[in-house]
Amino acid sequence: MAEAHPAETRITLRNVGSIDPEKIEDYLNAGGYRSLAKARAMPREAVIEELVAASLRGRGGAGFSAGLKERFTRQATAPPAPPAPPAPVYVVCNADEGEPGTFKDRIIMERDPHLLIEGILIAAHAIGAARAYIYIRAEYDTSIRRVRRALEQARERGFTGGNGASPGAGGAVEIEIRLGAGSYLCGEELTLLESLEGKRGYPRIKPPFPAEVGLFGAPTLVNNVETLATIPAIIDRGAAWYTGLGTPDSPGTKIFTVSGDVARPGYYEVELGTTLRELIFGFAGADKLKAVLIGGAAGTFVDASVLDTPLCYDALKEKGAVLGSGAVIVMADGRSLRRMTTSILEFFEHESCGKCVPCRVGMTLLVRMIRRKEPLEALVRESEYMAANSLCPLGQSPILPLRSLARYFPAEIDGSEG
Amino acid sequence: MVPTQTLRKHPPLQENLLLILHELQNGSGRNYLTEEDLQAVAEYLNITRAAVYGVATYYSMLSVKPRGRHVIRLCKSPVCDMMGAPGVTRILEELLGVAVGETTPDGVFTLEESACLGRCDSAVSMMIDGQYYGALDAPALARIIGRFRRG
Repeated sequence: MAEAHPAETRITLRNVGSIDPEKIEDYLNAGGYRSLAKARAMPREAVIEELVAASLRGRGGAGFSAGLKERFTRQATAPPAPPAPPAPVYVVCNADEGEPGTFKDRIIMERDPHLLIEGILIAAHAIGAARAYIYIRAEYDTSIRRVRRALEQARERGFTGGNGASPGAGGAVEIEIRLGAGSYLCGEELTLLESLEGKRGYPRIKPPFPAEVGLFGAPTLVNNVETLATIPAIIDRGAAWYTGLGTPDSPGTKIFTVSGDVARPGYYEVELGTTLRELIFGFAGADKLKAVLIGGAAGTFVDASVLDTPLCYDALKEKGAVLGSGAVIVMADGRSLRRMTTSILEFFEHESCGKCVPCRVGMTLLVRMIRRKEPLEALVRESEYMAANSLCPLGQSPILPLRSLARYFPAEIDGSEG
Repeated sequence: MVPTQTLRKHPPLQENLLLILHELQNGSGRNYLTEEDLQAVAEYLNITRAAVYGVATYYSMLSVKPRGRHVIRLCKSPVCDMMGAPGVTRILEELLGVAVGETTPDGVFTLEESACLGRCDSAVSMMIDGQYYGALDAPALARIIGRFRRG
């Protein structure tokens, strides 16, 4: 489905289907790397403030301001004191896309890898980083191959490479690919940094945040693929243009990946504020809806009463739902929410790293409880305990689907059903 | 055989551990990491064997147990589960004559599950080695497995 649906607003996916992802010439002909040149001619602070003004929120799921992340990272970086070498600071691209129902980052890396590289290079300029890492899950074979090829081409053309002597200046940023090895938790930013350092994927205690103490103890900007791939357009056309799209609290576009009971599963980039109805009926061709799981396993169930709610951070929050990574899993009449919830809880149980007790024991308990058909209320209580006491977002996640079930489908999980 | 050549391709820093383990596992044709591999990596990176073993056993794509020539990873994410993964699992188990987690007696296939392969738009999906297969059903599975067996 390379062809855009006529009602899509493709910014991050604008080149998908129209360029050969293995040819840098195609990307350059489409205006590629122009934003990088523009950014490198701007003072670092001006690049950061443009992103702050654009109110771009992290597209990996948490939705934190990308501009503020850059500002904090920049502020935590010690000012250069020649002749000492500049203090290290890193950009880390989180390409460990593992949230069930989510495959937007894969599309960007497979179909337009140079866009991601350009975004990384702009971010590196903004915070003064001479080195960046792209942490890609090892299951994404084609993504790895395409990004690797694109990096070679970017180096040949002088967009990356050099000895890092003058970070941010043309050609002085090194970008390396690192691979995951099958751990959902490594998509959590602090755990990802542990993994990048060659360790088991155990989360770190937060704070400190990566902006202050990140990779190898240095200030580190960790951004999702889609977030970074959105930066070139913002630099090219400006924050005012970007905030003209979407809604006031959620400007811009977002890629939604729709799966489950729809005629046209796939990826759709639309302005934030588009309704769930437009997305799943208009774009993806849903029929006879029972429930939608928005945001993946660490997401929320909603029913048809939410169909006309705009897909944006605040409006969904009012409905007890999250936007998350943009996963939209559609369940038609006849689907068992008990079954789906069991699968979600089994997923978390498998991916719980075991470092902290509330999550390790809690996940085992939740799976046992749902299999024994214990009341939903009891599961919600257990998940509340986990959310309050777990170290990282994994243990804090089961409460999302469970609480949304209690709100929209209170009778579905209790002993009487399925 | 000590995997010196693979090791030397990377500076001896712990940050290269995962890359090295991937390359050793995939480059050996064995699809798993031997005691000797782990020992050599620990010595090369100057870290404990426990640190290497800890990483090798934490990540689900790495294995310290012998596996077949081809590793099948069947997606069991909530989306694939809903779209029919349990049925696909049963068909695969019958075709191969082994259960999830096992290796066929001829050493050709190891059947594993993956938490999510990120191919939810073509569920049910699986990978065999680095190759994806989507929209799986009984005829497709028979065709794919047959091709590997003949190959």
